[in-house]
Amino acid sequence: MKILLILDVSIGFLLARLRQSIVAAVGVTFGVAMFIALVSFMAGLNNLLDGLILNRTPHIRFYNEIKPSENQPINLFLPFKNAVNFIRSLKPKDQGKEIYNSKAIIKALKSDPRVIGVAPKAMTQVFFNTGIIEISGVVNGIDIEAEEKLFRFSDYVIEGDVNEIANSSNSIFLGRGIADKLLVDVGDVIQLTSPQGEINSLRVAGIFQFGLAEIDNVTSYASLATVQKLLNKPASYITDIQIKLTDIKAAPMAAKELSKKFGVDAIDIQTANSQFETGSSVRTIISYAVGITLLIVAGFGIYNILNMLIYEKMDSIAILKATGFSGLDVQWIFIFLSLIIGLSGGLSGLIIGFGLTVLIDNIPFETASLPTIKTYPIDYKAIYYIIGIVFALVTTFFAGLFPARKASQLDPVSIIRGK
Amino acid sequence: MAENSKNIVLETKGISKSFFDPVETKVLKDITFQIEKGSFCSIVGKSGCGKSTLLYILSTMDTDFEGELFLDGRSLRGLNNFELANVRNEKIGFVFQFHYLLDEFNVLKNVILPGIKLGKETKEELENDAFVLLKAMEIDDQALKMPHQLSGGQKQRVAIARALINKPVVIMGDEPTGNLDKKNSEIVFEIFQQLCKERNQSLLIVTHDDDFAKRTDRIISMEDGRIV
Repeated sequence: MKILLILDVSIGFLLARLRQSIVAAVGVTFGVAMFIALVSFMAGLNNLLDGLILNRTPHIRFYNEIKPSENQPINLFLPFKNAVNFIRSLKPKDQGKEIYNSKAIIKALKSDPRVIGVAPKAMTQVFFNTGIIEISGVVNGIDIEAEEKLFRFSDYVIEGDVNEIANSSNSIFLGRGIADKLLVDVGDVIQLTSPQGEINSLRVAGIFQFGLAEIDNVTSYASLATVQKLLNKPASYITDIQIKLTDIKAAPMAAKELSKKFGVDAIDIQTANSQFETGSSVRTIISYAVGITLLIVAGFGIYNILNMLIYEKMDSIAILKATGFSGLDVQWIFIFLSLIIGLSGGLSGLIIGFGLTVLIDNIPFETASLPTIKTYPIDYKAIYYIIGIVFALVTTFFAGLFPARKASQLDPVSIIRGK
Repeated sequence: MAENSKNIVLETKGISKSFFDPVETKVLKDITFQIEKGSFCSIVGKSGCGKSTLLYILSTMDTDFEGELFLDGRSLRGLNNFELANVRNEKIGFVFQFHYLLDEFNVLKNVILPGIKLGKETKEELENDAFVLLKAMEIDDQALKMPHQLSGGQKQRVAIARALINKPVVIMGDEPTGNLDKKNSEIVFEIFQQLCKERNQSLLIVTHDDDFAKRTDRIISMEDGRIV
């Protein structure tokens, strides 16, 4: 009853100054709409840019690092046990690139509840031959099913059918850059030289484009069996095991633990790509800062209008107090007033903000490096809308609080006697 | 409190008040009096004698004074602002020189607003009460108009209706006829007198209109901060 009464009086005051109230609400609308459009667009862009790398990067990659033996012979020499040894001109030990006992490791990983999927890979350097020119490159032997599940390889294929990798043993998918350099197209046969010096012929089954020239210019994909055959290695030869986890944040811990367990080197996504995290968070901070600044400016607008309104409504405040409204009641009248402006402005801001994002989402954005992207990216997330409306209400609450406190402290006697 | 407290609605004991700006000036000196239920009192005095200051102390809006104030048998000393607001809402009706109607609401809404605030009756009951009051003042046909559509005299009558809506123990007026012409002043005076006689309503009116004062039951005359 009392709240309804206070609300009733607020609405009365609001209607008395309808035009200014609408202007104030439009300020909030603008702030919220821009905030949502900006954050959704920025997050979409972040996801796109991060996705370029991160979608294709395993959360943890197991491999054999080229490094020196940790236990050098001198350590085993007892008389020097407590001494500090300096070894110069140390060379790394050749352990080979193969992960030993890979079948057992894969099996163990597949049964780990933290792991979403496991994709084995056999990678090798090769030379692509065209005429007398040799272009160095990399062939990744992949299990296409696992690769598709974890990294959605087919998203990046611009020509050809990915299943051909599995179906035919001498097919290869070339990066757009190499295909252009070799002047080949789907269906052509290319020759490549393995590290052992053998020349093999493979048929180009498709062309892919990741959008990063340094990758598209050197990388190609074939089946695991094809690469093993290329290297004259048995079917168990695997150089990398890639996994994705249910929780990406657990990667650094899991990498350490699993590396110790299996005796293989492991690198987690955060360590491998720390620069992306930094870039994303900086962009996010900037968009939030701009959005919140807009809302604060809108808050000042409300503050001004309420202050003006209080001077205009001095008499009304005085009589409300004289007829039994307490200072707190008067304070709430003005806070409600402010919140009504904030809520109506904020809600229309959400709608306009959504409209803006839809508009941006439909603006064509075609770039050669991103074959699957046709329009500007937008990240639609409820949380941005929630933040927008909550911040609009918090801003208007505080914008209303100070004038409202002033109104609550007005002395009715001095107003009435001043007449 | 006195044994005949039932008949006394308002009592002051030694109320004094000083202003300190720019120099200490004692505006009220040891004011002690009682208002009985159903009496029509007026406070008269020259400008600056402290009569309005006294009224605002009695009205609980000014709490900065020395002495004791009893309203309806209850001491008002030590009540916080929130409690004082409730006392004003329930027990005191105000009529000022200026009508102070809220421009945003119609006449009826203006009258029932303190009643809604009190929350003892439903809106329908309050509207009925308000119509009865407006009818008694012969302005019931104006109930749904906005205040700015009314004449000065009509506005003041609406203000009186508003003061009466919560059936206060005392009506206080600060020069309620000060802004009105002879004819409207007469109407307002008659309404007051009628209230006093028919409803046994206590009234305390500050005025400098001697004709007005002479016709009330009791005149409290003030001079230089004292009752004489």
